[in-house]
Amino acid sequence: MLEIDGFPTIEDVRTTLPSEERLARGPVAVHECFQDIPCNPCVASCPVGAISMEKLTSQPIIDHDRCTGCGSCVSACPGLAIFLLWKKGEKAQVTIPYEMLNAPTPGETVEGLDRYGRPVCEASVVRVVRMPSLDKRSKTMLVTLEVDAAYMLDVRSFRKG
Amino acid sequence: MIEVDVLVVGGGPAGMNAALAVADAGATVLLVDRFYKLGGQLVKQTHKFFGWADRGAGTRGFHLAEDLAQKVKSHPNIRLLMGHELIGAYADGTYIAATWDAHVKIKAKKAIMCTGAAERMITFENNDLPGVMGAGAVQTLMNEYGVMPGQRYLIVGSGNVGVILAYQLLQAGAQVDAIVDVLPKLGGAYWVHAAKVQRLGVPLLLRRTITGVYGDGRVEKAVTVAVDERFEPVPGTEMEHHVDVVALAVGLMPLADVFQAAGVKTVYVPELGGFVPWHDELGHTTCPDIYVAEDAGGIEEATTASLGGTLAGLTAAKELGYPVDEKAVEQYLKSLESFRDSSLSQKVKEGLNKLRSGEHA
Repeated sequence: MLEIDGFPTIEDVRTTLPSEERLARGPVAVHECFQDIPCNPCVASCPVGAISMEKLTSQPIIDHDRCTGCGSCVSACPGLAIFLLWKKGEKAQVTIPYEMLNAPTPGETVEGLDRYGRPVCEASVVRVVRMPSLDKRSKTMLVTLEVDAAYMLDVRSFRKG
Repeated sequence: MIEVDVLVVGGGPAGMNAALAVADAGATVLLVDRFYKLGGQLVKQTHKFFGWADRGAGTRGFHLAEDLAQKVKSHPNIRLLMGHELIGAYADGTYIAATWDAHVKIKAKKAIMCTGAAERMITFENNDLPGVMGAGAVQTLMNEYGVMPGQRYLIVGSGNVGVILAYQLLQAGAQVDAIVDVLPKLGGAYWVHAAKVQRLGVPLLLRRTITGVYGDGRVEKAVTVAVDERFEPVPGTEMEHHVDVVALAVGLMPLADVFQAAGVKTVYVPELGGFVPWHDELGHTTCPDIYVAEDAGGIEEATTASLGGTLAGLTAAKELGYPVDEKAVEQYLKSLESFRDSSLSQKVKEGLNKLRSGEHA
């Protein structure tokens, strides 16, 4: 639970999810930012103006129809709390911000981990991109994993095998 | 002897912003810091900062420090005295800064104290064994000096300092056995900071505290125990952690002794971290020539420290007769208010209200 350990429940997660139709159309940004942190780089980072915020301490609102899934906000978010999701039939792609050494390589098989770091399924690394943040010195690696669609809402981390 | 308009003590975000505000207004500044490098705690932070996108949010802490230090170093009105600690403050505006073997006498019309805070420690069996240290010490060794003090860590305390340390340790390739906290819920860390550490496999063990560390000349093992609702240990719930470092992240306490030495009134406000100098939002204390900017005036974070530093700097410059843009002051005050318009600032706001109201006013 958010107040206890900082984790959204699946009910919390569902409140920020795009429609099934949008999830199937291509990568789309989904945030797991549920606290009133005074912070707005995601709004400034979006090249198509798809993210809005009432005031500095509000949660972001992502216009999923406008979102192109470019990943700028995933790299800009100081809390590493934005992900890209894409449901491709039986499979799903999950893009995760990653700031550790020992980067995975495309084609590699890794362990998909849930929000508690528990292994949930096998995942294959589709893409690894180093993307500049708002401050161009600060790159953040975006790792795109492919998993069974059933685990799309669970996998938010990975461990190299 | 060094004579200046304004002495700024502390080269963190508050001190650097205070110095820049004073110097921009035209006054001369001496900035003293006991470390060899400017930046304060910002230097140790690898994460991108929260806040306003148009004012540096999304920039990593050590980059924010570099940007500010560059401005401070190149400002013609700012003189730096690094590696010196303030050891004396006298009523006539004389201050003494010293190294281990020399001292410098300073004469300043005004002083802005941005001395920051010190880490709290807790007691447990053998807590003087090498390997037990403050979270800040681990960060200094690891991020400033490039020395890893150990390989496996137990972190005590789940505020932002504790969870950010856990994340930095993982980034440096170390192992984090667990974060323990005696509270039944996160000890103040932003949910997103706590989430990003736990999804990398670091367990958060709540309602659990450390009872001792054991080893031959250095920490080889730590023992923790679960606690009940009254924070009493529950027998039979002991857990052994095979770690070589125990990092304590159990809170910060404002460094208020310099104010006490100078005769400034200090007040005990638990919400602000302990004894703090009485002060208003412009940085005035009970002494007309001494100003404060946090965390020395209350534990908060880097954005509010920067705003507080600028406000204290503008105020000191104005009261020395230098021209200051009043609209800018209003704007900084408004920014501070909108930044604190969050449940996360509730405690600080309560503390400041307590400090500024009633018997302490």
